Amino acid sequence: MVQSLNRLKESASQTAGPYVHIGLTPNFCGIGGVYDADLGSRLVGEKARGERITVRGRVIDGADTPLRDALVEIWQADADGLYNSPSETRGAADPAFAGWGRCATDMDGGEFVFETIMPGRVPFRDGRPMAPHITFWVVARGVNIGLHTRMYFGDEEKANAEDPILQRIEHKVRVPTLIAPRDGDTYRFDIHLQGEKETIFFDI
Amino acid sequence: MLRSPQKALLSLDNTISEITGPVFGHNMLGELDDDMIFNFAKPGESAIGQRIIVYGRVLDERGKGVSGALVEVWQANAGGRYRHKKETYLAPLDPNFGGCGRAITDEDGNYAFRTIKPGPYPWPNGPNDWRPAHIHFSIFGHGFAQRLITQMYFEGDPLIPLCPIVRTIPDEEAVRRLTAVLDMGATIPMDARAYKFDIVLRGRRSTLFENRLEGN
Ligand SMILES: [Fe+3]
Repeated sequence: MVQSLNRLKESASQTAGPYVHIGLTPNFCGIGGVYDADLGSRLVGEKARGERITVRGRVIDGADTPLRDALVEIWQADADGLYNSPSETRGAADPAFAGWGRCATDMDGGEFVFETIMPGRVPFRDGRPMAPHITFWVVARGVNIGLHTRMYFGDEEKANAEDPILQRIEHKVRVPTLIAPRDGDTYRFDIHLQGEKETIFFDI
Repeated sequence: MLRSPQKALLSLDNTISEITGPVFGHNMLGELDDDMIFNFAKPGESAIGQRIIVYGRVLDERGKGVSGALVEVWQANAGGRYRHKKETYLAPLDPNFGGCGRAITDEDGNYAFRTIKPGPYPWPNGPNDWRPAHIHFSIFGHGFAQRLITQMYFEGDPLIPLCPIVRTIPDEEAVRRLTAVLDMGATIPMDARAYKFDIVLRGRRSTLFENRLEGN
């Protein structure tokens, strides 16, 4: 195809800087009255189907210090494994579940928290079911690009063992960086930017 | 600062988790969301500074406009000061300037907003590092894989080549593409000058996605 010879190049990425909140969560940082509410602050409507869970974690630097100026976004399927997206062609997703969330890490403790539901399984490219997972995107001062990763669920051992993405990770010792342990209704997912426990980030 | 990942990113062909993304409807926008001169100002007042229009298109790698893309922006005021509790620069706050704005692209990928030109500001990197005037951009296209965060610079700013953050981009041409050009043709006479800034979102790594697009 001739077009493929002169494709445009993706615009270069630049760091979110220290004041990303002003643009993406202005109410969180005290700029009230411009937008009614910060986007992505609520994923689950009252009538949403599925098991209510909490996903909680920190973004941690190479000195083991949690970042207090990071911003995290998540994207996930509904309880039946359908995405609430115009690009979803397999059926209509639960209208009471947005699937997308945005949270700034807390300026004191550095935690992000999402009240969400347990996602259903969605198919890999070849049709095999992937294990339930949540897609993450992280930006912060000092990182030039948005970082993509995935969170899998610690109590889904069987599904995780057959997940096509987890299976193709060569360095098996790094797989646990993508798996969040469960404690009650809460999954804890700490994202390590550097160091021995550096989380696997994806180039998608 | 120990923040950048040290290991190579793992290449991942897009699955449905990456090619899908939420939809943002024009009905979520307030009337002044795209007008930073007025969206934080007291009634009858407006932000101080050089009035400008920033406009352009969000494109995919084929040059096709991306409709319904959410474009969120934030910036310092005319003196180079951000409205943020961690900001310590001595330049004053403008009581009528908040610093955030947003727009959603139309069917052809066009967006526009009105603001004041942000000032350059110093930052504690080297002993005398200044950021060129810039506007931060966050863009949400059709799929989560296209998520982009970047900054827009202004044509002719002598601080651009001196900036360590700009210099993280190895390629001159890529820096040029982050630099908005003065467009006298789109100026509003006696009101605001116009700067044109196009954004290209990343393509799809998978035939899955390309096939879908060609079917549309
Ligand atoms: Fe800045």
